[in-house]
Amino acid sequence: MMVRMMLRHRLLTGLSATADGLFATVLAVLNVPVLVLWVASLVLSPVPLLGAELLGVSTTVVRWRTDLERHLGRRAGVRLGRPYHPQPDDAEIGSRRWLRWIITDPATWRDVAWLLPGALVGVILGLVTVAIPAYGLVGTVLLPLWLFLGDVWFGYALFWPTTNFAEAWLALPVGLAILAGGLAVAPLLRATDVRFARLLLAPTRAAELRLRVAHLTTTRADAMDAQAAELRRIERDLHDGAQARMVSVGMTIGLAERLVHRDPSAALKLLAEARAASTAALVDLRHLVRGIHPPVLAERGLEGAVRALALSLPVRTEVTSDLPGRLDTPVESAVYFAVAEALANMARHSRARFAWVTMRHLDGLLSLEVGDDGGGGADATRGTGLSGIVRRLDAFDGTMTVSSPSGGPTVVTMEVPCALSSRRT
Amino acid sequence: MRVVIAEDLTLLRDGLTRLLEAFDFEVVEAVDNGPALLPALLGHCPDVSIVDVRLPPTNTDEGLKAAIAAREAIPGLPVLVLSQHVEPLYARELLTDSNGGVGYLLKERVSDVDQFVQAVHQVAAGGTAFDPEVVAQLLARRKPLAGLTPRELDVLRHIAEGRSNAAIATRLYITEKVVSKYINNIFAKLGMPPSEDDNRRVLAVRMFLDA
Repeated sequence: MMVRMMLRHRLLTGLSATADGLFATVLAVLNVPVLVLWVASLVLSPVPLLGAELLGVSTTVVRWRTDLERHLGRRAGVRLGRPYHPQPDDAEIGSRRWLRWIITDPATWRDVAWLLPGALVGVILGLVTVAIPAYGLVGTVLLPLWLFLGDVWFGYALFWPTTNFAEAWLALPVGLAILAGGLAVAPLLRATDVRFARLLLAPTRAAELRLRVAHLTTTRADAMDAQAAELRRIERDLHDGAQARMVSVGMTIGLAERLVHRDPSAALKLLAEARAASTAALVDLRHLVRGIHPPVLAERGLEGAVRALALSLPVRTEVTSDLPGRLDTPVESAVYFAVAEALANMARHSRARFAWVTMRHLDGLLSLEVGDDGGGGADATRGTGLSGIVRRLDAFDGTMTVSSPSGGPTVVTMEVPCALSSRRT
Repeated sequence: MRVVIAEDLTLLRDGLTRLLEAFDFEVVEAVDNGPALLPALLGHCPDVSIVDVRLPPTNTDEGLKAAIAAREAIPGLPVLVLSQHVEPLYARELLTDSNGGVGYLLKERVSDVDQFVQAVHQVAAGGTAFDPEVVAQLLARRKPLAGLTPRELDVLRHIAEGRSNAAIATRLYITEKVVSKYINNIFAKLGMPPSEDDNRRVLAVRMFLDA
């Protein structure tokens, strides 16, 4: 069973790599006209009015081409980031600023430098990728072909020409072996092609750092905004809730003090009132604390807190967890609120009868899955809830993806790179 | 009645001690941290203990853990757990067998002295005393135990909170006889055979928590 699944998997990756090889070959041939176009527009760029526009268009074409190559790279299992400087906000295509943005970006020149060698390597490796399985396929159909055409000049593999029936028949197993071998090496050939592309198309160390800084700047700003908004909310809640109630408690007790000799029974009534108000203040504080950092999270960590959360849901929710330690407090809190939001969405919208949460930590990556058997059709781009999750996780380089085909099931997957401390709870 | 107290805030610990002594309890030990609690519980084997969930040194749920461990060692050891917040999850963990003697209340309930002392007695006597907030949270989430009418559920709620039949009768403005009729209906619907055993009340509460 296991072997069959593995074989099937190998077959599928081989086929898709072969198809990618064919696609990459065709694209590689396109490199030549793209290069010609770009060089021509570079030469023409000083021409007023037309030149700058032309360079803009041709650069876009170059980037479209290299982005395709990066996409193919991802399919072959090599991540190639986009190395470009972010586009200046107020630059229109063809303007001076825009031109400078294009020209001063080393990534532009690296793209262009790749076009020709990339085409060469792409075509050679692509053709080999396709040719081996294709030759294997020929072997599998040689027998009927040979029977139909009779012993003529052509042959296959070891037998040139193919002179008798046995030799023609042997082409079948030999062809199958070649086909299998071709499919097996196809992913390797693809990976080689992509590694070559990586030399020039992947971000340089400097570009990578710049992209990282840009990412950190946005996420830090988001995190600060979120934090400031949170503090404002807490201040308002305290001001309107517990604080106001304590003021009234103080007033009531003061009143009781004045009445205690003159009208003890009225004073008693006031004291009871004051006690009730102090209880209400505590209720407010408890709600507030739960929203800041749920006590059960502090006491039990992520697993316990999510279990407690699952208990409070109207939908039966199963929690499975494989976390051998505790997370750092900030990550723990962010992940907890993300799960809480996902579960709340589920309870509100999905009409599910059953839900599950799984939590795993492997090789420095925390992965969580929140799923339900409801109607599906959840859209991550709509609604503030899910985008709130994305923002919370983004601050820790975490990601969230939602799979929710119409008809269900909905599965929200979250991944956060983080360490576990060995402290057991 | 001999009591062990575990509470880290001095003010609350002394207040609890004073309050309980005023009602003729004997406080045999008052500890202020987690590691000292389990030996105190097992050593004194008190008639009732009052334990804060969160205790130093880690300030997580050491009190609860110690209480559960002590009840595993001495089944039915009466423990009243106090906390600033209540979680149905903890209530469920406390009441895992048919042995009663479990209470789980918000700390602020102490301010209603009479009711608090009554809850302590209830726990010491092997009953249960769950905070109305726990009960409310359980009721809020989903369809409760199958087949119970709203009125029967009301009665079960009061049992979980630790009220006697007489107290339930006054609360619901019905006679005690009607209350016991409801209770028998509840036991029947939950599939418990008729017997004089008081454990049935505890079992019914447990089923309510686990639903």
